[in-house]
Amino acid sequence: MEHIAWMAWTLPTAIFFVMLASTLGVMMWLAVAYPEAERVGVLRIPTTRGDRLFISLVLAAVIHLLWIAFFGTDPIATLPIGEGVEISSLWLATLISLLAAVAIFRTV
Amino acid sequence: MDKTINQKAWFLVLPVFLVVAFSAILPLMTVVNYSMQDTFGNNQFFWNGVGWFKELLDPSTDLGGRFLASLGRNLLFSAIILAIEVPLGIVVALSMPRQGWTVAACLVILALPLLIPWNVVGTIWQIFGRPDIGLLGYTLNSLGIDYNYVSNEFDAWATVIVMDVWHWTSLVALLCYAGLKSIPDAYYQAAQIDGASRWAVFKAIQLPKMNRVLLIAVLLRFMDSFMIYTEPFVVTGGGPGNSTTFVSIELVKIALGQFDLGKAAALSLVYNLIILIVCWIFYTVMTNAGAERPEKQGAA
Repeated sequence: MEHIAWMAWTLPTAIFFVMLASTLGVMMWLAVAYPEAERVGVLRIPTTRGDRLFISLVLAAVIHLLWIAFFGTDPIATLPIGEGVEISSLWLATLISLLAAVAIFRTV
Repeated sequence: MDKTINQKAWFLVLPVFLVVAFSAILPLMTVVNYSMQDTFGNNQFFWNGVGWFKELLDPSTDLGGRFLASLGRNLLFSAIILAIEVPLGIVVALSMPRQGWTVAACLVILALPLLIPWNVVGTIWQIFGRPDIGLLGYTLNSLGIDYNYVSNEFDAWATVIVMDVWHWTSLVALLCYAGLKSIPDAYYQAAQIDGASRWAVFKAIQLPKMNRVLLIAVLLRFMDSFMIYTEPFVVTGGGPGNSTTFVSIELVKIALGQFDLGKAAALSLVYNLIILIVCWIFYTVMTNAGAERPEKQGAA
């Protein structure tokens, strides 16, 4: 572990990147198993699944930043685990991002 | 008809993928890791969650105030240079000769500023503008204009903008010239037969034909000016005060000057996101502007 100390890994960021990598893995498997053609959606540009994923991810980043800027990250609930795990309101942004991603995958 | 599927070509991408992994992906992951933590050096990190992002996006904090102010300055700078360089570039392209040896001469002269490295451009203008030994600064001051880019904010801005215009208008002009050259003579002859005025020719023939190159020019110039670092850094060092501190200069100050890796990482991620979005729009518009045209022509 000594030689990657400079990368300053933490559990949450590691989970984030593992999820990102597995999303890409699933997309790769989908591309091989179910090849697809470009289609034109509401943005009137031809998009593939990869394009739609990219748009969803960028939009998710924007949504989270806007949420932090306008609503902050105050806790909205406490889970009764141990001494109580606080849930940040930022998870609402994550929820919105997921809904937005679904909408993007269906309409863009 | 079944096509033979052969995906072996993907292995040829592997070397590039490895290089990119080490030069871009690993550093980017590290930046993401840094943005969530605070450090006092010695590879000791402390979890800070989204704290830096909160500070960055809150104008009442020091970090947020600096970031949003420099972002505002940067957008203003981009808007001003676009408003000057694009019309000026079109005018230069329109007044360039169309044939003869003068074409080559004009192209060479126009290309010269583009070939000069950024830091040299900065140094040239830094000396050029000095009131004691610089040609520009000395002349302006002897004309009675109190010009000093080191102490006056307006003068500093004017110098940085004029420098950028001097450096990059050629790019817009050359792109527009290429667009103009692609217009067949028949269009001009038809316009002449119709007795079209100079303005009508420009509006109905030249401008529509320059559409695509102008788009390229605007987006290239926007991205370049949005990422500008070297020129203002060499000329004004971001001053006087913070008046010409653009986002990249602020970023370097935070990352290397104060060694606040967490703050700098958060700032650079947001900065990167903005550039990523602009790049994506640039790429999408470019690839689709070309794709739409044949359809329209086919319909007509």
